[in-house]
Amino acid sequence: METVQDLVHVLADKHGRTRESLLPILQDIVEERRYLSKEVMVDVARELDISAADVFGVATFYTFLDTVERGKYVIRVCKTISCSMKGKGDVLATIEEMLKIKPGETTPDKKFSLLETNCIGWCHKAPAILINDTPYTELTPEKVTEILREYIKK
Amino acid sequence: MINLSINGLLVEVPEGTTILEAAKKLNFRIPTLCNHDDLCVAGNCRVCVIEQLGARTLTAACATPVSEGMQILTNSLKVRAARKHIIELLLSEHNADCTKCYKNGKCELQNLANEFSVGDHLFLDLIDLKDYTIDKFSPSIQKDDSKCIRCQRCVRTCEELQGVNALTVAYKGEHQKISTFEDLSMAEVICTSCGQCVNRCPTGALTERTYLDEVWDAILDPEKHVVVQTAPAVRVGLGEELGLDAGNRVTGKMVAALKRLGFNSVLDTDFSADLTIMEEGTELLMRLKKVLVDKDESVALPMTTSCSPGWVKFIEHAFPEYLPNVSTCKSPQQMFGALAKTYFAKVRNLDPKNIVSVSIMPCTAKKYEANRPEMRSSGFKDVDFVLTTRELSRMIRQAGINFNKLEEDKYDSIMGVSTGAGVIFGATGGVMEAALRTAYELVTGREVPFENLNIEPVRGMEGVRKASIMIEDCKPEWKFLEGVELKCVVAHGLVNARKVMQDLKDGKLDVHFIEIMACPGGCLGGGGQPIPTNEEIRRKRAEAIYEEDMSMEYRKSHENPEIVAIYRDFLGEPLGHKSHQLLHTHYKERDRY
Repeated sequence: METVQDLVHVLADKHGRTRESLLPILQDIVEERRYLSKEVMVDVARELDISAADVFGVATFYTFLDTVERGKYVIRVCKTISCSMKGKGDVLATIEEMLKIKPGETTPDKKFSLLETNCIGWCHKAPAILINDTPYTELTPEKVTEILREYIKK
Repeated sequence: MINLSINGLLVEVPEGTTILEAAKKLNFRIPTLCNHDDLCVAGNCRVCVIEQLGARTLTAACATPVSEGMQILTNSLKVRAARKHIIELLLSEHNADCTKCYKNGKCELQNLANEFSVGDHLFLDLIDLKDYTIDKFSPSIQKDDSKCIRCQRCVRTCEELQGVNALTVAYKGEHQKISTFEDLSMAEVICTSCGQCVNRCPTGALTERTYLDEVWDAILDPEKHVVVQTAPAVRVGLGEELGLDAGNRVTGKMVAALKRLGFNSVLDTDFSADLTIMEEGTELLMRLKKVLVDKDESVALPMTTSCSPGWVKFIEHAFPEYLPNVSTCKSPQQMFGALAKTYFAKVRNLDPKNIVSVSIMPCTAKKYEANRPEMRSSGFKDVDFVLTTRELSRMIRQAGINFNKLEEDKYDSIMGVSTGAGVIFGATGGVMEAALRTAYELVTGREVPFENLNIEPVRGMEGVRKASIMIEDCKPEWKFLEGVELKCVVAHGLVNARKVMQDLKDGKLDVHFIEIMACPGGCLGGGGQPIPTNEEIRRKRAEAIYEEDMSMEYRKSHENPEIVAIYRDFLGEPLGHKSHQLLHTHYKERDRY
């Protein structure tokens, strides 16, 4: 398996080493590794020759750039008003019950993390969740149970 | 030119002027918090909002350039109400435990709260909901997030003036905070301890670590002999903390005050600045000899100065491959400390274990420097406690001394006599000038060829300055320097230091000697100097330093009779065995990120 340094190096080759490259590099790392560890942030700082604090500032600003370890599948439940009105509470309760975790937590096998998110733009098909980058919409407890079963099998 | 009216008065200002500056021209002060003369516009605190007739919303005066025909109101009912709300909102997220705050009475937020008669809390106090700890791990700087109003002056200072970026804005919205990498302690990151952020923090969020109680304890302990040294830049700054305008020289009054405070020996860092010149000047000449004559490739040139502990820590982090280029001389503070518990103890017949060595510095990094493990060559901690100029003014106030009425007094001896060359260490370019005054004369037997010994090309506030001096008609032992054009660079502010080092790395800089001071303006603009600071204030302090230089009996370090005596009676010769033991040090590579 490629090391974190190798990954950062490859991404810097791909996106460039200017300050503007920071965000795409961080996004790609999150896609590969689910989150930005302390070590990876230092590696990015070294690769772009900027301070690690700068990397940390950008990483913590964006909700979708996680700086704490997450599971293989990050479930984000939309917490904004349209989804709330269309039964997000039941969907969330179902997920919590199935995975035995609360928002902000990760399962002990590091397979799932559960988070709440601000609006993800699926209000017309509320309630909605994201699992990694895939949206699932017009959910009911039954539908979300079925979806999660598929992921548990993976 | 642009014409506009402010509060009904007409004013004409150049294009690009901000409303804030235009109002200043008419003697209207618009309150500010995030704005700072030394930094770029941020426009995030909003207390400078003003009303522009015809505009739908209020505008931030600091961030808005004037335009033709603008009609501005800086004190309308709408403005007053908005400003008061903004201050109240800032206070709702601020730990307003003012009576217990180190910045009590010197806090810009507190002043505004007073000005706008903020009384009953309109907004809920949020601060209790947040779980803050105070970072006290650095010996130099204390960071208390509960006092932070997120104006980001510190972040801009660390980036724009120092190019260090140890601080950043992390998280967002209600969770936003000023943070180091991973919110580590300031002591664990690339912070150079320069304290420029402390100089610009409007509240008590960033302050120096204070050692006042420890110093009072030592003074009041009859067993202890407390020696105090005062850095060059303190004498041109201290007055500002005690009611005088910038640019006042208060050397004699300061000495009188220190004696009244109860220090047993009041001595001068300027003496050890002269000593630094002897050691560092000789080191430069020896390095030149080794490179030019002996062709010794292990000797690094150009040589850089090492007086500024912020600079030393910066190069240890950022350019460790150039550590062999840094002069091995300790800073004047540490040379003084090492001698206080050896030479001074011996001459004055004191037991070094009963000597407490205190220094008054314009600097926060000096606190860190005194705590470096290398700084114990006397067998004890060479400098026990470092106080800033601001802390000294506090001691003077605590002791009830009417500073401005004091009769001028003189430093004690030994280690109290100094020269003009020692005092100009306090200004950017000063070490270079002092070194050239001595080295040129040592090599040629003649004074430097500048009127009144004033080497103007190395003076001023330009970020990077270059100068050169032709060496001709050398004494026989320095023949190898005949016809050599000695080339020098001076830089101040670490952002300029980085430029110089990068140029050196890229092979774009061909010089022999580099002077770098971590702080803008040199030590006179140091992180321990009076607040506020801006370029005008720093210029005035610099003028005062050069006046002090001109007023001195001796202007060249090697003519200082106490320097002559210490080499005769104690050290032997510059770079000699004893010097190596007491006055020189080594450096350590640190993480770059």
